[in-house]
Amino acid sequence: MKYPESYRYTREHEWIHLQGDVGTVGITHYAQEQLGDIVYIELPAVGQTFRQLQAFGTVESIKTAADLYMPMSGEVVEVNQEVVNHPEIINQSPHERGWLIRIRVHDPSEFDRLMSGQEYEAYVEQSS
Amino acid sequence: MQSGVTLRRTALYETHRRMGARMTSFAGFEMPVHYMGIIEEHIVVRTAVGVFDVSHMGKIRFRGPGSPSFVDRVFTNRTQAMGPGRAQYNLMLNDEGGILDDLVLYRLSQDGWLAVVNAATTDRDYAWLRAHAPASVEVTDCSAETALLAVQGPRAVDVLGALVPVDLQAVPYYHFVETRLDDIPVLCSRTGYTGEDGFEVFCPAEAVGQVWDRILEAGQRWGIRPCGLGARDTLRLEAGMLLYGQDMDEQTNPFEVGLAGVVKMDKADFIGKAALEKVWRGGLRRRLVGFEMTDAGLPRSGYSVLGEGHEPIGRVTSGTFAPYLKKAIGLALIQMPYEASRLWVDIRQSLREARVVPLPFYRRSRVA
Repeated sequence: MKYPESYRYTREHEWIHLQGDVGTVGITHYAQEQLGDIVYIELPAVGQTFRQLQAFGTVESIKTAADLYMPMSGEVVEVNQEVVNHPEIINQSPHERGWLIRIRVHDPSEFDRLMSGQEYEAYVEQSS
Repeated sequence: MQSGVTLRRTALYETHRRMGARMTSFAGFEMPVHYMGIIEEHIVVRTAVGVFDVSHMGKIRFRGPGSPSFVDRVFTNRTQAMGPGRAQYNLMLNDEGGILDDLVLYRLSQDGWLAVVNAATTDRDYAWLRAHAPASVEVTDCSAETALLAVQGPRAVDVLGALVPVDLQAVPYYHFVETRLDDIPVLCSRTGYTGEDGFEVFCPAEAVGQVWDRILEAGQRWGIRPCGLGARDTLRLEAGMLLYGQDMDEQTNPFEVGLAGVVKMDKADFIGKAALEKVWRGGLRRRLVGFEMTDAGLPRSGYSVLGEGHEPIGRVTSGTFAPYLKKAIGLALIQMPYEASRLWVDIRQSLREARVVPLPFYRRSRVA
């Protein structure tokens, strides 16, 4: 399975993996493939809060820049400094080592309004 | 994707698809943007060798007894100093001194020439050149029937040298030879748009599949890779080379973009000369400068540039992450005079600092 079934996905190609009330957030394999070589990423500071689908950062490849959108509302509790220093990790491992931030989610019910792995896969097949 | 626009394809289109290229539309053509990734392709050209299909470039021939004086009048460089076998970088100006195109001019024979122009401007250039050509000069657009491959990188001479019966090591920079690869007539020119040593290979479009395959095969031992237009753009920018339509256009004159060296103001005459004399006397109002970001962020074409006091002074014309230098770099067209060594780039509503640096950003070390 290319898109882990336990994650949930946005239409803007972010994923979230929820463990308790902490969600790990990243961009999908499809997103990194569309962007090409990622060379720069801007992420928020720990403590900042965002609403669901609010822009929280930017990812830039050589070709283009794209905004990052929050899969769920919450407060940033951890930032992956490894991807800030080595953005190519996002291309190499978008669903695991290339995670971007961890958030303490405000409303767990938002999780179910996102796409499942299967739904997301069908969604990107449609758009490509 | 643009709709209602039919993109043209080069003779290698099916090959690119089969080899897994990601395609993009560029200047009306459907071209590979990358195969493996822009960074990997960029590095392979800096350190070994890569091959690009650049058959979309326009190719315009001039023939006839009037051609030497014609090319000297429509182009800005000193073309009369070129013997057959020489190539030369040139500009083509309008009557106001604005840049219509940049090109490489090849002297094929005493009265035979070839100009390689930008894909997006080919039709316009062709019409302009025909309109200015006297009856003694025949102007033909041979873009579609002529394929062009760029073999670039320190190993390019070895790869191509293994395929043709001439000593390519003996061909100086900006010279070319006409020879055969297998039984295919090819013109190998020691030119390029990457800042590396390398060759550009012209051949009949119907034979380019074979030439492409033979180059990849011969290049295997040096780790050759097919490369796309993405790496071509990062390579040229890192090497401080300008892109027509971005860093210069009809609204810019050669002096402001640092191309005075290819404009021979002491030539008897050329189109645009009178206007440039006026420009020269009036002094420069703008200048193209190189910069590298000292703050985080990637500059991109069109971003605003501000001076030390945050006053608007111009715009970014090209910008990228330079894969070999591992820095964010760019070119900006800014108002003159501007003496400060720092400037600010407005990156999506956030001012980021950059410093002005001399061009080129990257210069290859020449061994021997």
